[in-house]
Amino acid sequence: MLAASAGVALARGMGQIDLRVPGSAPSARDGYGTDPDIIRTHAPGDFWPLTLTRAERRAVSALCDVIIPADDRSPSASALHVPDFIDEWISAPYAGHGADRTLVNAGLAWLDAESRRRYGSAFARATDAQRLELCEAMAPEAPPKSELELPSKFFRRVRNLTMVGFFTTPAGMKDLGYVGNVPLARFEGPPADLIARLGLADEVAW
Amino acid sequence: MAYITPASAKDPYDVIVIGSGAAGGQSAYTLTMEGARVLMLEAGRNYDPRSETPMFKTNDQAPLRSAGTPDKPFGYYDATIDGGWAVPGEPYTNASSERGRDFKWWRARMLGGRTNHWGRISLRNGPYDFKPRSRDGLGFDWPISYEDVAPYYDKVEMLIGVYGTNEGLENTPNSPEGVLLPPPKARIGELLARQRGRKLGIPVIPAHRALLSKALDHRGLPAKLHPGNAKAQRILTEDMQSRAACFWATDCGRGCAIRANYQSTTVHLPPAMATGNLDIVTDAMAREITVDASGKATGVAYIDRTTGTEHRARARVVVLAASACETVRLLLNSKSGAHPHGLGNSSGLVGKYIMDTVGASWGGQIPLLEGYPPHNEDGAGGLHVYTPWWLYKEQLAGKLGFARGYHVEFGTGRGMPGYGSYGDDSRGSTSYGRRLREEARRYYGSFVYFTGRGEMIPNEDSYCEIDPKVVDKWGIPVLRFHWKWSDHELRQVAHMQKTFADWIAEMGCTSPRRPGSDGSKVIEPGGSIIHEVGGTIMGADRAKSVTDAHSRTWDAPNVFVADGGVFASNADKNPTLTIMALAWRASDHILSEMRKGNL
Ligand SMILES: Cc1cc2nc3c(=O)[nH]c(=O)nc-3n(C[C@H](O)[C@H](O)[C@H](O)COP(=O)(O)OP(=O)(O)OC[C@H]3O[C@@H](n4cnc5c(N)ncnc54)[C@H](O)[C@@H]3O)c2cc1C
Ligand code: SF4
Repeated sequence: MLAASAGVALARGMGQIDLRVPGSAPSARDGYGTDPDIIRTHAPGDFWPLTLTRAERRAVSALCDVIIPADDRSPSASALHVPDFIDEWISAPYAGHGADRTLVNAGLAWLDAESRRRYGSAFARATDAQRLELCEAMAPEAPPKSELELPSKFFRRVRNLTMVGFFTTPAGMKDLGYVGNVPLARFEGPPADLIARLGLADEVAW
Repeated sequence: MAYITPASAKDPYDVIVIGSGAAGGQSAYTLTMEGARVLMLEAGRNYDPRSETPMFKTNDQAPLRSAGTPDKPFGYYDATIDGGWAVPGEPYTNASSERGRDFKWWRARMLGGRTNHWGRISLRNGPYDFKPRSRDGLGFDWPISYEDVAPYYDKVEMLIGVYGTNEGLENTPNSPEGVLLPPPKARIGELLARQRGRKLGIPVIPAHRALLSKALDHRGLPAKLHPGNAKAQRILTEDMQSRAACFWATDCGRGCAIRANYQSTTVHLPPAMATGNLDIVTDAMAREITVDASGKATGVAYIDRTTGTEHRARARVVVLAASACETVRLLLNSKSGAHPHGLGNSSGLVGKYIMDTVGASWGGQIPLLEGYPPHNEDGAGGLHVYTPWWLYKEQLAGKLGFARGYHVEFGTGRGMPGYGSYGDDSRGSTSYGRRLREEARRYYGSFVYFTGRGEMIPNEDSYCEIDPKVVDKWGIPVLRFHWKWSDHELRQVAHMQKTFADWIAEMGCTSPRRPGSDGSKVIEPGGSIIHEVGGTIMGADRAKSVTDAHSRTWDAPNVFVADGGVFASNADKNPTLTIMALAWRASDHILSEMRKGNL
């Protein structure tokens, strides 16, 4: 719940603070407002129209699946409808989301143009090997060359949104090993063998 | 008596309480349980936690995976209605936008106020905290001491239910035997922090939070809380039985439908309503306290937010519980012949000495905590352990370079995945495909996050006043804030971060970042910790304070401040338990003065 840095939402329920948008005026007219119905389950598109074109949607799906492909534990990002979430995110009527929209639109344009230049087809129609090659170009370990600054920023953003979209689904939570959100009669604390393995038995004082 | 409309108010009442949060809830509870007839005015809408809390909802069922937005800054499910850093139609202003000079004001507009979503951390002030000036010459002493407040801490803890232990540490008071509920077991990361903290001399003990780790003792407690009052005991016995114990799932910040933690709406208001002595008008925005020619309060003028029309209600006593800064605003907007500069302001001190908590944090990734076997770490929907301030001796010996301490709050473990939980860009990884999947699984739950919460010393440059130009949508003049940290706070945050970085290294972090030493770069903005208090500080001298030792304004004998406004200092301990203890104490005084015929 603090700012958007690593480990932040880990500090859950600590009475902590999100400083991302201090003081900015709510946009009750365009967004979901300051008193939405939080009991009802919502789907992307319920509050504001989605804005990706069909072609952009295809590219996003293909890119999401390079970022999180299916494996033996869980399905791919697109199979869990992560592109719907990304569309919802970049279409949201809040300032920060507007900046992401600009970035993602520009990134997608670059991606298709680069794919056409290299392979003669849009990213969504490129082969698996070609898609991987393009991602490798956008995701260098070292700081990117200046002409790749935009694509690499775009890639990191879509990568992050894909992870958020994926790991918040029931299948994604299971994949990570999140086993909470169920009522318990007692809170048992960590398993004894884990405590022993980390040499923490002496710390269990209550 | 019940939820009513302005037209059905049966005035005059004994007491009007403005606001329904921790302060208003406690005041209404104490007054009505002891027989006073109370009208509560709450600016926000009615709110029922039993039907409106999104228990068990997952983030994928919310727009934007429930990430914060300007409409809901702490996330979609956070129990804040019509509030946040901005309230629609109700602006506030800052005299300066310079870094370190501005103030952020978090408000909520709902029955129960911010108690619906607060962190439930409930720490007692210690004896030093009421007499800080006597110890180091800075700030102000309170006109009361720990001994005056201790019986009320006991009562509040018994009523709301607080888990924790008695450790007998310096200036960290024990509760009487049998008052606290058992603490939940520590999570794995908390145990590791405890072990490694010891090497640095840092204690880690169970946190105190207002949450039922087991059901309240409905047989024993009501008689202790309301001796000789059979009706109150009966109501409370029934009410305590209807509060469930925590079932160790769901984030407390969303509120609690089973009433297992403290919210004014689940703990204070239901028994108060059951007395038949409480009327509540919601959507009632108090504008001004009305007075007679002698300056005594006669009641309150308020706006019905659903129609925009103004109403008046009368009472023998007015209790301000709108939260510290809102109370300042009300007093300053209550100008009359008897109170030309605003009610209670003969000293010129209404709005002065606003304090927040000093905040900074530091986190790291701990390889020892990678990939441990999945197990349920939800626990009490918040922190289980904390570190009380531990360097009293070093400070006294002048070794630290700043006055006043901080406590440490922890974030560890595998919470429900959400926006910003893991794999964030700031770790710098650009992995994808199989490697991303491996990293996500490995790192999930391996972060530790320390947050410092420290004492700010009141100063002349941190205050609020009426903005001469700006009004809200009801035409009511709004507050303008001024802010400045002193070197004490700036050095304190630098100390926090260095301590946390050392601690994280001790826990085996292999890629520790080192903090800088310039506190002004890392201190969180004034108000952003949402522990704002002061503005109507209590004192022994009417020229140097706004309220007396019973939280009564010096200038109007029947006006009391029940919220954090009366704090003469803001110890590192989170303020709400103390707010409730002082509100109970002030209400007891009102009751006894009413019985004597003095009010
Ligand atoms: C995310 C978060 C976490 C927190 N965690 C903790 C914690 O762990 N421990 C702790 O001690 N504190 C914590 N706090 C602080 C705590 O919430 C406050 O100290 C507490 O709620 C203050 O109580 P109050 O009654 O003074 O004000 P509030 O709870 O804000 O209630 C004031 C009420 O008055 C109403 N009101 C305002 N103006 C008017 C008006 N003019 N007329 C009528 N009604 C009016 C408001 O609508 C509101 O309902 C936290 C706060 C937040 C936001
Ligand atoms: S953790 Fe317990 S007290 Fe908190 S909301 Fe869940 S059930 Fe209620």
